Amino acid sequence: MNEVYVVTIGLAGVMAAILGGALPASSRVGAAVALTWVSCGAGIAAAVAVLSSGHVISLSTSAILPLTGVTLVLNPLGALFVISISVVALASTLYWLGYASHGLATRNASCALPLFVTSMLFVPFAASVATFLVLWEMMALASLVLVLTDQSRREAARSAAQWYAVMTHAGAAAILIALVLLSAHSGGQTFADIEAHARHLSGAVRGTIFVLALLGFGSKAGAVPLHVWLPKAHAEAPGPASALMSGAMVNLGIYGIILVGNELLGGGPVWWWLLVSVLGVVSALYGALYAATSTDLKRLLAYSTTDNMGLVLIALGASGLFGAVGRPTTAAIAMVAALLLLVNHSVFKGALFLAAGAVQVATGTRDLDRLGGLMRRMPVTGVVFFVGALSVAALPPFNGFVGEWLLFQGLLHGLPTSNTSVVISVAVAVAALALTGGLTVVAFVKATGIGFLGRGRSVEATEAHEAAITMRLGAAALATLCLVLGLVPMLVLPAIERAAASAGRANATSATSGWISLHLIGLRGVLAPSLLAGGLAIAVLVVIVIRRLTHRRGHAWPAVNPVEPWGSGRKLQTARMQYTATSFAEPLQRVFDDVIRPSRDLDVSHFVESRYYIERIVFHTSNDDLIERQFYRPCIAGVRWWGQRARRLQNGSVHRYLAFGFVALVIVLVVVA
Amino acid sequence: MNEFTHVVTQVLVAVFQVAAVAVGGALLLGLMRKVRSRLEGRVGAPIHQPLLDLRKLFAKQRTRPQDSSWVFGAGPVVLVATVVAVTAVSPLVTAHPPLGQSSDFFAVVFVLLLGSVLLALSALDTGTAFGGMGSSRSMTIGALCEPALLVAILAMAIAARTSNLPALVRIGLNHPAVIASPARILALASFLVVILAESGRLPVDNPSTHLELTMIHEAMVLEYSGADLGLITLGESMRLVFLLGLFVNLFVPWGVANRPGALFFSVGLLALIAKVAAVGTTIAVFEVFTAKMRLFRLPELLAGGFVLALLGAVTAVVAR
Repeated sequence: MNEVYVVTIGLAGVMAAILGGALPASSRVGAAVALTWVSCGAGIAAAVAVLSSGHVISLSTSAILPLTGVTLVLNPLGALFVISISVVALASTLYWLGYASHGLATRNASCALPLFVTSMLFVPFAASVATFLVLWEMMALASLVLVLTDQSRREAARSAAQWYAVMTHAGAAAILIALVLLSAHSGGQTFADIEAHARHLSGAVRGTIFVLALLGFGSKAGAVPLHVWLPKAHAEAPGPASALMSGAMVNLGIYGIILVGNELLGGGPVWWWLLVSVLGVVSALYGALYAATSTDLKRLLAYSTTDNMGLVLIALGASGLFGAVGRPTTAAIAMVAALLLLVNHSVFKGALFLAAGAVQVATGTRDLDRLGGLMRRMPVTGVVFFVGALSVAALPPFNGFVGEWLLFQGLLHGLPTSNTSVVISVAVAVAALALTGGLTVVAFVKATGIGFLGRGRSVEATEAHEAAITMRLGAAALATLCLVLGLVPMLVLPAIERAAASAGRANATSATSGWISLHLIGLRGVLAPSLLAGGLAIAVLVVIVIRRLTHRRGHAWPAVNPVEPWGSGRKLQTARMQYTATSFAEPLQRVFDDVIRPSRDLDVSHFVESRYYIERIVFHTSNDDLIERQFYRPCIAGVRWWGQRARRLQNGSVHRYLAFGFVALVIVLVVVA
Repeated sequence: MNEFTHVVTQVLVAVFQVAAVAVGGALLLGLMRKVRSRLEGRVGAPIHQPLLDLRKLFAKQRTRPQDSSWVFGAGPVVLVATVVAVTAVSPLVTAHPPLGQSSDFFAVVFVLLLGSVLLALSALDTGTAFGGMGSSRSMTIGALCEPALLVAILAMAIAARTSNLPALVRIGLNHPAVIASPARILALASFLVVILAESGRLPVDNPSTHLELTMIHEAMVLEYSGADLGLITLGESMRLVFLLGLFVNLFVPWGVANRPGALFFSVGLLALIAKVAAVGTTIAVFEVFTAKMRLFRLPELLAGGFVLALLGAVTAVVAR
């Protein structure tokens, strides 16, 4: 039975990629989507089988990769990731059917998208160093092709792909070193061998491996300061690809950290997890701050991904800290919170990116300052974005809230310990979490309010049309899931607890209980999300009935009179007078001026005749990524400089090159001898 | 049958708490205005004037800007509904509210935030400059309030080992020493700062301002009329009473009904009225002598609140 699942995922995925590349334009997307669905369906079936029985699926064959062979094992932790990837992939590929006519029906894209999905589905299966690295690379390369889809039309896409390629390969190099070190020290390259030996390694080796893995996987998860590629690549990738990258691929970065830190190395000392928490706090705050001040819709979403991954890292770090100081109950709660945050993130960020893609298709722009009024023009997309925004802002009754509540409970109950560094880091984490939450609310009130409400700020926005039916269906499916998981998180909690148990928190299987209200076992914490939502719904109904009853019979119909906005008596208000995304974020930007340091450029020119009359004012402001500006740009300039110096060695003379070769050979021989 | 009576009692308690907060909210506004005008040497409107205003507003016709969407109509409804929902399950009159087991402080804060977010969104939906201005400012203040508020809750919850609201109130009744602990006092001071900021009182926002450019809250609701405006006024005043009621019950819980029975319940109600009226009067007196702060000085005030809360959390851990 095991083979059937694995072979179906693989064969269907590869066939989808081949047909997507080979069939004529009329049928290639349909065929690729259908086969990708089969692949995802098999993935879900395999994952459900693992999660319900608790038995792993394992398969190894030497037929595919020469020398090493392929080792595949799916444990409950991997199964959870397979399910969340499959769900996002199902919705995104459905959406792709409608999106394809907007430049995503090329042979390249139709081949790369199924390949991307399939390699992501297999990454959690990988159970040996070689298998893992091959799949990891396939995933990176397939997504790189997708980022490049629009490169002929937009210079920005090419630059984004360059950043992505460099950062992902630098990350892959760190992962490679970490995994090779692990397998060299444990005498085998399957994860089972490594797990058996890794406990006996010296602390220094284990620490080096963990830090390298944290850097490598952290860059995939978009942790600050390795996040620079994320706002570029996620913004430039076409709709379904950006949803997959942000909703599924980024999660695998976290999977990698759990894999190396909790599974292969079997946990570590306090300083590892302090490092993870610090990375999380910095990422969460930085991401939230830039999300709150971005004016590009998809860049905003990408920064919010960095912010969400920061929250997951905080939860992961807290779980490790509590585990290291001997508090297994709160450690389990924090791990469950981390995984719940990840699952929720897949769902709502998938929905948000799909909605943003629909907006880009309908209006041709992602600039919030040129949008507005889309809730009336694109009602379904608007509601999807609204639901996604409330979820990401952790507002009940949507799913983001349950994850954050669980994280708060974990931190709260883990706080009283004798270890001072743990106390301080947890208190700081709560404060960071709270500020992040506030900034996220600002970011998404801005995105929803400026992008979808009010009046259109450009012709494109006022004449936008609702997206194709499949696009609406794909996005709405994820938005519905946001609500369902917000009302009944117990649907996924048992699976998450199994996964947390296989990630080294053995007691996590009894972390929570209850079907209507969520009880934390061993702690005093209860949340009843469905009762909460039910109460809210009843209250809404009561208020509406009261408002209806007080409506006087004698008054004109309709009950609500659409009028020209009053605006304190101002006449002739135009759409340009509305607040824009820039002005909305201005107070916040001013408060955090020292952190963001935006560049402002004000140019006032006067009439020649008189200095008292102003001819024109040009104001330009941009808030480029601070870390990119202050760290990466100087680094790139330095490398360029060295490159220029090195060119002096190349003067085209073959004799000179032969001489270089000879000298190098002599030096090597001397050193070796 | 016993089960049935229990459910009925619980529903009645919930309805009673909501009704008390709804009427009390309007009366508190009237009281605060009365105190203010007396101190300023005016006679002032009668205390029940806000109730008359509400009756007038609910009788008037509603309007909406022509370019707005369903969000504009949803804003006031959700605002009131969120306050109603949290009022029903919070320990205001009784320390054993309905569904008390799942009445969590964090959950209450996020439900209230839902109301503020919907109101900010409907302000942007009006498509006017003032709506956006008010929305942007109130969201900025809200974001900066959040750390102070959540860390204050954390500080109180560490000592009680739970963030369950009725439990936080009952621990004060059973162990009065907890109330006098530095953690609780610091946390409540920070909570008070947040209440003033969130409900748009001085020195953060001037509720009786007439100049649009200095408005925060009022700028958001300029386009509402009739029943919608009535709902917003009601929701805001209910929120103020709810937060103050929570504040007084966490600080001086005595009087709150700790046992079932009509007698304890009426004592609880009277105690709540007395305590909230006292705090409301104090705030009104304070407002007479205070000027509104500049918007960009507010982060200092809120950061102060945050530091108090953080100190509270640290002392709570140290004290254990």
